[in-house]
Amino acid sequence: MTRRGGEDVPVDGSPARREPVRARLCPDGPLLLRGADEVVAADGTVHPVTRPVVAVCACGRSGRAPWCDGTHAYVKPRRTS
Amino acid sequence: MLLPASRGPVSAAVIDAARGGDATVPPHDGDDLHGADTQLALWVVYELSYRGFDDAADDAEWDLRLVAWRRGVETAIEAGLRRRTADDVAVAREASDDLVGQLRALVAHVDGPPLARFLQRSATRDQVLEFLTERSVYHLKESDPHAFVLPRVDGPAKVALAELLYDEYGGGRPERLHSLLYADALRSCGIDATYGAHVANASGPTLLSNNVMSLLGLQRRLHGASLGHLAAFETTSTDPCRRIAAGIERVGLPEAAAAYFHEHVEADAVHEQVVLTDICANAVDADPSLRDDVLFGAAVCLRVDADAGAALMDRWTSEAAVAAHDSADDLVRSA
Repeated sequence: MTRRGGEDVPVDGSPARREPVRARLCPDGPLLLRGADEVVAADGTVHPVTRPVVAVCACGRSGRAPWCDGTHAYVKPRRTS
Repeated sequence: MLLPASRGPVSAAVIDAARGGDATVPPHDGDDLHGADTQLALWVVYELSYRGFDDAADDAEWDLRLVAWRRGVETAIEAGLRRRTADDVAVAREASDDLVGQLRALVAHVDGPPLARFLQRSATRDQVLEFLTERSVYHLKESDPHAFVLPRVDGPAKVALAELLYDEYGGGRPERLHSLLYADALRSCGIDATYGAHVANASGPTLLSNNVMSLLGLQRRLHGASLGHLAAFETTSTDPCRRIAAGIERVGLPEAAAAYFHEHVEADAVHEQVVLTDICANAVDADPSLRDDVLFGAAVCLRVDADAGAALMDRWTSEAAVAAHDSADDLVRSA
């Protein structure tokens, strides 16, 4: 994951101030990610983030990896938090 | 959009008043509350608060005849829905102590018809087109009813609702506006995609499922229920959208039609998490008195949408029965 804004510097020359990337683990569900620019899959493929918040698959069974497609609801949870 | 043709005496009076005519609009008398005539009339009255009609009086939204009629119908519908969902809400409250657990229990408790599964596996091309047409009543104004809630909440719930709506409204890209994606899907199938085009032919249950969104969205008193409605809607969307997309592909309809539902698999997997925790749980944390209304709104969504789906499937089942009967007659005649 890279941070939104990259190396951008505001026009007034002050140091760039960026919102932090925030991730939240949903119980038995995906990782909810805000403020990221990209998600890099295990095989190195870079997936650009195109919505304000994305759900990253955490069960490993999504048909739309790396994004969540709700499949976790039909598989046994692998983690408890 | 022009005012639709009436479907009975109630909608005739309401449409005439909306046009600026001098019709009296008799108070709702308890008949046909969920029928197409009353529900079309209510849809017309609500639409005056959205984009309106080219041939309606400019100030029809606040015509006291229509406001008074709407108030009576809304009171009757809300009372009926509260009776109908009381057990659902009780089941949810028993199932868990926390709101997210209660909403999930509610979704698990209320069974819907196997509409998405039918579309995925068995529906004919014409049935898929009929489904897309019926659903257009909502999807051509997608998210608009819940947008009325934004000024009625504050803090983290407001931020999260704005975030969800921003995504629904294209995330800053006009070409990604979800209602536009749906219009593209309809046009690719040769279906009229004009806003409101199919309202006049929609079933009573479909109109009711749309009208409850406006009922909950337009009354500040019911904003908790509107949030609960959104929670149930988003939480029950991902799996059906995947099946519907597969059904659209199975019957050979264009890619643009499936694309809308593919987009919603991904979007609603996000929205499900956002609406449960970031919107509803935050709203109830800020105002614990909202809890029962959030659960009420969720139960309303599940019940009325199940009815709308069942009405569509019943129509197809009876058509199939008639076709089977006709072919049996043919056999008898030819014997």
